[in-house]
Amino acid sequence: MLDVEKIRKDFPILKISENGRPLVYLDSAATSQKPMKVIGAISKYYKKYNANIHRGVYKIAEEATEAYEKSKKKVGALIGVKKIEEIVYTRNTTESINLVALSWAEENIKSGDRILISELEHHSNIVPWQILAKKKGAVIDYIRLNERKTKLDESSVERELAKNPKLVAITHCSNVLGTIVDVKKISKMAHERGAKVLIDGAQTVPHMPVDVKELDCDFLAFSGHKMLGPTGIGVLYGKSDLLDSMPPMFGGGDMIKTVSEQSFTPNDLPWKFESGTSNIEGGIALGAAVDYLKRIGMQNIRDHEKELTKYAIEKFNRISGVEVFGLGIDELDSRGGVVPFEIKGVHPHDVATIFDTEGVAIRAGHHCAMPLVVDILKKPALSRMSFYLYNNQSDIDTAVVAAERVKSKFNVR
Amino acid sequence: MDIYAEEIVAHYEHPHNKGKLDGANASFHEYNPICGDDITIYLNVVDGIIKDAKFEGTGCAISMGSASMLTDLLKGRKATEVMKMGPHDVVGMLGLDPGPARLKCAVLSLKATQSALKG
Repeated sequence: MLDVEKIRKDFPILKISENGRPLVYLDSAATSQKPMKVIGAISKYYKKYNANIHRGVYKIAEEATEAYEKSKKKVGALIGVKKIEEIVYTRNTTESINLVALSWAEENIKSGDRILISELEHHSNIVPWQILAKKKGAVIDYIRLNERKTKLDESSVERELAKNPKLVAITHCSNVLGTIVDVKKISKMAHERGAKVLIDGAQTVPHMPVDVKELDCDFLAFSGHKMLGPTGIGVLYGKSDLLDSMPPMFGGGDMIKTVSEQSFTPNDLPWKFESGTSNIEGGIALGAAVDYLKRIGMQNIRDHEKELTKYAIEKFNRISGVEVFGLGIDELDSRGGVVPFEIKGVHPHDVATIFDTEGVAIRAGHHCAMPLVVDILKKPALSRMSFYLYNNQSDIDTAVVAAERVKSKFNVR
Repeated sequence: MDIYAEEIVAHYEHPHNKGKLDGANASFHEYNPICGDDITIYLNVVDGIIKDAKFEGTGCAISMGSASMLTDLLKGRKATEVMKMGPHDVVGMLGLDPGPARLKCAVLSLKATQSALKG
């Protein structure tokens, strides 16, 4: 059990009240709020030891380098990685996936090769492959959803894998439906057919225990800002033999060992992929975020969010004129803390605007997943609540009040 | 301020001038991919005067409500006058400011109208 009231005290933004009402933040799938420990780590770096890393020999430069490198150990430990050369810092999940597309796939995907993704993907795991496929003449296949449009169709997984893709790039949890994908199983099946496996962990690494050794994926991409860290810092985990074989994506300082007039030798992992001055504050603050998450416990966070999701689905299902999408409460083990819904006859943007007047921040739109929302679910947009460790049942009760307010404004029965 | 004033919701639920305009000599389709708001404006312009205006589309209450109100307002207006209209005129027409995030929904029908008039 989480002591949510104690946790909430660590997040200054949750104390801000507008019109006498505190913020009810139900958009953590977009970005998470930050605890004082993280905000303090950024401020401490700039106040006490701001210096460039990997260069200076003076004390504060050494301190900054150590704090930055230590953060990689922490991030690695969170996902079951011991070797820090397997942890590459990027800007975000999107850049991590693009790094694989521009480096590994650039070298390994040839004309006619197949890349397998799924209908649950975020644009960040669709568009990089479209760009690559166009360049290389490769083919993108999709694992389809089941008839109820709640989870991946298992027979489709087998059917698509039988086409022998070179790469399977798949989300661990849908940011729209909250459906958790059995990536361990898909990874095993894909490896049996010789494919490499990339997992988009943007919606799982912040919310539950994730161990890359257990999943046995080749790459795992996730963002710092969705896991209590700052924006502009993301992670690409890659198996070291693969990362070793890959060419650098950007050239410049820090990613080299030596440079002569006509050539260079790349640096060791992971710095080969980190050209130019890194996001030092971001790395250090992400380390602080991981410390915070570990202290709370990833399984505790997962259990808490599961309970909130159950509560939210039950509450919203009871409101007439409201439809909740995704897996039901009988399948909560496969559902993250994401609850998309629709209020009959009311556009999601109107829903979100009225929620905002009640002090409740939710997302409305296509959630950067247009193939899923527009083409498959056949909606121009959806409203979405998403939860994190600082949310409580009272947040959801306020959302219920907001939903009733939408209904009365638009005369929904 | 409540941007869901009764008037805009009434226009959304019971839109004026909704449907295709027979004999339209200007039209334009505008789409906002962020919201999924989708609107087509039909105009009948004679001697530089908008004789009739209708719209078709789907979207939020702000975009559809303001399209309904705008098509009312367009009838009998000079095209040159309408070309000069801007977001502040839409705010004036609605009688409220929907705020920066939603202003694009409110001005979508005006943008479509101006594109239709440009031809």
